[in-house]
Amino acid sequence: MALIRIVKRQEPLGWGSCFVLIAAVALSVLLGGAILAIGGTPPVHGIVTLFQGAFGSRWALEDALIKATPIFLCSLGVAVAFRLQVWNIGAEGQYAMGAVGATWIALSFPGAPAWLLLPGMIAAAMAAGGCWGFIPGFLRQRLRTNEIIATLMMNYIAILFLDYLVYGVWKDPASFGFPMTPVFSDQAIIGRIGATSFSWGLTHCLLLGVAVWAFMRFTRLGYEIKVGGDNVRAARYAGIPYDRLVMLVMALSGALAGWAGFLEASSTINRLQPSIMAGYGYTAIVVAWLARLNPLAIGVAAFLLAGLRVGVEGLQLDLQVPAAFGGMIEGLILLTVLAGGLFTRYRFAFKRRLP
Amino acid sequence: MNYEILIPLLAAAVQSGTPILYATLGEIFTERTGILNLGVEGIMIVGALSGFLVAKITGNPAVAFFAAGLAGAVAASLHGIVCIIFQGNQVVSGLALTILGVGFANYIGAAYVGQAAPGFDPLPIPLLSQIPGLGPIFFRQDLLVYLTYLIPPLMWLFLYQTRYGLSLRAAGENPAAAIAAGVNVVACRFVGVLVGGFFIGLGGAYLSLAYTHLWTNNLTGGRGWIAVALVIFAFWRPSRAIFGAYLFGGVMALQLRLQASGTQIPSSLLLMLPYALTIGVLVLASWRRGGTDEPAALGRNIEPVD
Repeated sequence: MALIRIVKRQEPLGWGSCFVLIAAVALSVLLGGAILAIGGTPPVHGIVTLFQGAFGSRWALEDALIKATPIFLCSLGVAVAFRLQVWNIGAEGQYAMGAVGATWIALSFPGAPAWLLLPGMIAAAMAAGGCWGFIPGFLRQRLRTNEIIATLMMNYIAILFLDYLVYGVWKDPASFGFPMTPVFSDQAIIGRIGATSFSWGLTHCLLLGVAVWAFMRFTRLGYEIKVGGDNVRAARYAGIPYDRLVMLVMALSGALAGWAGFLEASSTINRLQPSIMAGYGYTAIVVAWLARLNPLAIGVAAFLLAGLRVGVEGLQLDLQVPAAFGGMIEGLILLTVLAGGLFTRYRFAFKRRLP
Repeated sequence: MNYEILIPLLAAAVQSGTPILYATLGEIFTERTGILNLGVEGIMIVGALSGFLVAKITGNPAVAFFAAGLAGAVAASLHGIVCIIFQGNQVVSGLALTILGVGFANYIGAAYVGQAAPGFDPLPIPLLSQIPGLGPIFFRQDLLVYLTYLIPPLMWLFLYQTRYGLSLRAAGENPAAAIAAGVNVVACRFVGVLVGGFFIGLGGAYLSLAYTHLWTNNLTGGRGWIAVALVIFAFWRPSRAIFGAYLFGGVMALQLRLQASGTQIPSSLLLMLPYALTIGVLVLASWRRGGTDEPAALGRNIEPVD
């Protein structure tokens, strides 16, 4: 017989779970170093370069904050859906559709004043992203279609649709054949805050983060999402319109990712081109889970994983490490954090020997 | 459409459906033990890379194919460790494995992009390949395709006609009852994950060793996810997986032919076809959930508390 007994914890672990999180990330970095060694890069030098590149300079921190913006918004949406136990893996596609929607308005009304154009772009981005989330939600509740696969397939479709537009009808005639739309007019571009390198998009994140937090904390709908996520049958029994709730949450989730697509197109790239798809939607899933779906923690985790992306770019330049290294580390972190969850939910006790 | 076009198209459908078939069969085996493994895409690409590398080093495609299966089992074991031992969420763990596997394969494979490796070539079966119609479609393929003709019946025999198969299915249907009956459910689920991962790895190796004969980034291109969808379409039955896999193989082959024929339809719209079809097929299969063999405890972990 085993001498160790596993006992479920009665109350959450509190600060101990922070320790588990740090241990998991440290283990992933260690494993990442080992894989660097396999690839022929000196591991210690590589890891140091990664961290210096990520957080070692003002420029790197600024870049991390810029990259954290879309990740944060996508992750907020993902977190709301995950809270209801609806697996929206489609942030990537919803983000793409958001960028497409915003671009459509920007290219259609280039002369409109900014106070009209920017809200129009946001509305179109939210509608397009929201639609892309609503469809799998609808299919899930009405036709019992697995939302994981539906959202994932819609990612591929959205990205190909974006390609179709920028390679075809929206291609800038003056781009020498490169797949990109013309640069947006000045009114369609979100400016920078004063003399900093940050766009006003950062304030969108702040406002939306607070709004989502308040929505989940104080509104009836937020409460219903939590109840529905904990126990579907209890929620239905309590008269919560679960089907409509799922569709609403999926649309909301998609709209947030769509907003991220708008910000990226308007403030970072200033046009639509295939490189706008950088895998932020998948990183957002890692972030949401790391942050345990808590909006404030999502902000922190989004910044850290954005920093990791910046660090990997440095690693690519300095030591010729392939860019895929970043995705690998993200996968490792998520796996180790999941495994570490055992220690936050259960405790281990020695069995008392029977006399 | 006339005969001279249709027969090669159907033969191509079988060929491009084969990697998906391997992966679907593997995932069916895993899910039957109650473990939902969404890491198929990641395991498949790790298998594809391992097969490619071993073939390049040893020059022996058969060894490479087997090694790819082992690599798939190793990759899948991560999912097993996280979910079965550490009680991690199966959906998220599978996603993490996909992110990790795709990242790992693209990272290691970056130095080999565009390079070729020895692989499998078509090997017509003497008499059978002469049958009009069926012969060119099914029996002028490579060895790995013939292998897939044997797996579904064998898997069915194992799952439904042996004691071990019964134990594995019990672990997926009602783990508590299985434990009470003396079945080692943890072992059953690990076997499910490892054997399933082995087959998924083989599916990946088919891509690099027989389908393309070379390595490119993101070689699997979503085929792993299509396999996950096909498990639902197949009602968790090995025999039905064949139809689903060849249907998708057919759409992929058709799409390539249309592109090659210089059609006016933009290629990005053609490339959408398999993904759109996946959603369509899934909706059809899920509409009336009657008669499926979906394991009742699929995706649910067993509490370690005694």
